[in-house]
Formats: sequence, C-alpha cells, structure tokens
Amino acid sequence: MSDLKEELKGKIIEQLNLEDLTVTEIADDEVLFGDGLGLDSIDALELIVMLDKDYGIKLADPKEGKAIFESVNSMAAYIEANRK
Amino acid sequence: MMKKVYINSVGSISSQKTFDNDEFLNDIINYHTTNISVVNPNYKEYLDAGSARRMAKGIKMGVVASKIAMDEAGVESVDAVITGTGMGCVIDSEKFVSRLIDNNEEYLTPTSFIQSTHNTVGGQIALGIQCKGYNFTYVHSSSSFESALIDAKLQLTLDEASTILVGGIDELGPHMIQVHGLIKHIKQEKTIDNLAILNSGTEGAVFSEGANFFVLSNGKENTCYAELVDVEILNTLSKERLEQQVRSFLNQNKMTINDVDVIVLGNNGDVSFDEYYSVLTNGLFKNTQHTAYKHLSGEFKTVSSFGFWLGAKMLKTQSIPQIVKLNDNAPKAIKNVLIYNQYRGENHTFVMLRTC
Repeated sequence: MSDLKEELKGKIIEQLNLEDLTVTEIADDEVLFGDGLGLDSIDALELIVMLDKDYGIKLADPKEGKAIFESVNSMAAYIEANRK
Repeated sequence: MMKKVYINSVGSISSQKTFDNDEFLNDIINYHTTNISVVNPNYKEYLDAGSARRMAKGIKMGVVASKIAMDEAGVESVDAVITGTGMGCVIDSEKFVSRLIDNNEEYLTPTSFIQSTHNTVGGQIALGIQCKGYNFTYVHSSSSFESALIDAKLQLTLDEASTILVGGIDELGPHMIQVHGLIKHIKQEKTIDNLAILNSGTEGAVFSEGANFFVLSNGKENTCYAELVDVEILNTLSKERLEQQVRSFLNQNKMTINDVDVIVLGNNGDVSFDEYYSVLTNGLFKNTQHTAYKHLSGEFKTVSSFGFWLGAKMLKTQSIPQIVKLNDNAPKAIKNVLIYNQYRGENHTFVMLRTC
C-alpha cells in the first residue's frame, strides 16, 4: 500500500505539473482539493483519466469522486479495492 | 485629428539574453544547431507557481515578455491586448494530437487541449492583468505580428484606445522540428555556426522561437523608444516589383530613400529567398546602413517582432550593435528605420519607425 501511495504522489506531481513539489512534501492524508494541495476541477479530470488509464478503473458515478480524491490515502484505498 | 503612435516600452524573450531592457545585445550567444530555444528568464520571478504550472513554454514566454514591457511602461493595465502568432501554442497542440493517436482516441486529458488554442497567450495575459477590453489574436503566418500592429495602430490613431499591448509569440515543438526538417525548410547541415548562417549559401533556415511584446500608446511617455509611422503587408510580391513597392511605401509617408538611415532586413541564410533582400541592398538602399538579426534570433513566424525590437532599441539608444551590421554605412544619427521581412518569398512586411 505504501508503494502505491508513493507511486500516486509521483503521478500527481508529474501529471498535474506540480514541479515545485516533491513526493516527500505530500502527506498521505493531505487534502488534495481546495485548501490543501489546491487542486481544481481540471485536475480532477486529469485524475479520473489517470485512474482509468493506469489502473483500469472507470469512475461510473462522478459523485463518488469527492470522497475518492480527498487524499492520497483515499485514492490508494479505492485503487486497492477496485483495480483490475 | 489623427494621433501619432509611440512604442513606450519593450519586452523580449529570444535566443539571446534580451529580457533585460538595460542591455542591448551585449553578450552574444552562438549556437551550433538548426533549432534553437530561447534564453529563459527566471519565470518564477514573474509568475506564481499556481498560475504557471499549466502554462506551456510559449504561454510563459508571452506572459512574461508582456509583464516586462508593462513594467517598463509603468502601466498596470491596458485598453487592449493584441497578439500575433503563426503557430499558436504548438507544443500543447502536438501533445494533445499525439495522445489522441497513441491512446486510440481514449484517455484524453483536458489541460493540453485547453491550452492548445492560438489565443491562449492573449487570454492568459488579459487574465493576469484583469484586462476585460478588446482582445484579439492574429494568425496570419509570417505576417501575424504586423497584422496585430496594424490593428493597434488603427485604434490608437483614431483614439479608440490610448494604450495597447501588442506582441508576437511563437514556440518551437518537437513535431514541428521533425516535419519542417523533412520538407527541408530547416537547414540540413550536420554542423552549423549560427553567427555565420547569413552567408551559408544553402537552403532552409535555423528554426527558433520567441516572444516580443510592446506597449503602444498615442501618448508619448518618458520611456518612449520610437514612433510607429506605418505598417504594410503584401502577401505576394515579386522581386521585380519590390523596389517599386518600397518607393510607394516611402511616398505615402512623404519620405525618400535618403530619409531611411537604417534598414533592418529579415535575411535568414536561405539562399533561395534571401535574394529579395539583395534586391534592396544592391539597389535602392545601396548606400544605407544594412542590418540583420536572424543569425541571432533564428526563424519563426513572428520573428519580425524581434526585428521590430531591434529597430526600436537602435532608435532609443542611437546605437547599432556591431553584430547586426551587414555593412559600414553608419548614419550620423538614426532618425528613420525601415524594417522589411518576408518568409519563403511570401508575406512581405514593411514597418517604418522614427525617433521620438
């Protein structure tokens, strides 16, 4: 699980061009959107595509997104439970 | 009453270190490649990380060049933003289309698509300064910058606006280098000395990128570089008609050949098309100071904005850097500068600048 979290942090930095951040600077439970990392709706679309492309998970209900993308912890847990 | 138009400030990001307005081609960089990138300023000094992270190189270049120009002019906003670009945000366009193909039309992410439109730079500049006024982007190949200039000049002359940010911006992407290499519009030499390309005797050009922005106004400020007297574009023009066209351009500005102190030429070292410039340097302007700049800047669709920057700097500083001189017909003073450019025999542009 911790390997997956590190992997996710790396992907978030790379895909969302957060070039000023390093993997160690993103806490597992840091809020990704809003006051936390400051991600926005365009980033959410990038993350949805990443789930599909890299982990084979299609987000059927967009309402689920809020809880799934809350933090690296929640993303990792969702991927572990649903990856194909 | 028709108002005069002044260039009150400049901001240039090019293959030379031109982003510092206190310098004027003091330290020249020589390149040994047929595709060259800009010398980047420290973008973090101008852009916060949040707004910069989605900006491709061309957007950063354009936004920062415009900030440099606005800082020098001492203005926080303008009435209009008018941009010229030949290829727009081509790197993001390449990225988006490549992903479309590589991922079999699936997994398309929004960022590169959003940023890939030609008017992204103009839009980002306006967003940054909260300018809700006229915003227009001209995409007219190698006359894009001059198209933007004409629009700005008309509005300022007629006093429909008083201060306008005008610029030319193009970035160089990997696919563009590949296809222009295949069709031999990029020089094919394996080894090249860029400072010597104007005498290469071979076909093609050295490709590059850059952003040059200017604050134009119908009020002359202390920072003024030059007056923008006239701009003209001819999409097609034969070598045989070139001198006649130049005479006509001068006539409409009540000028003669002798009034032109310096001519800024767009020679890029392509033996097939530099003959246009030879018509003028061997003919009408035989005794005029000849200058050129593409051995410093490379070639891109809006590179004439770098020629415009050069002309404005020469008029303000009353000096001509040795590196741009093609002959030694130095004028006593620089009052009028004619800038002539064409690319591959098309899109001939004439710009007249005058000391202010």
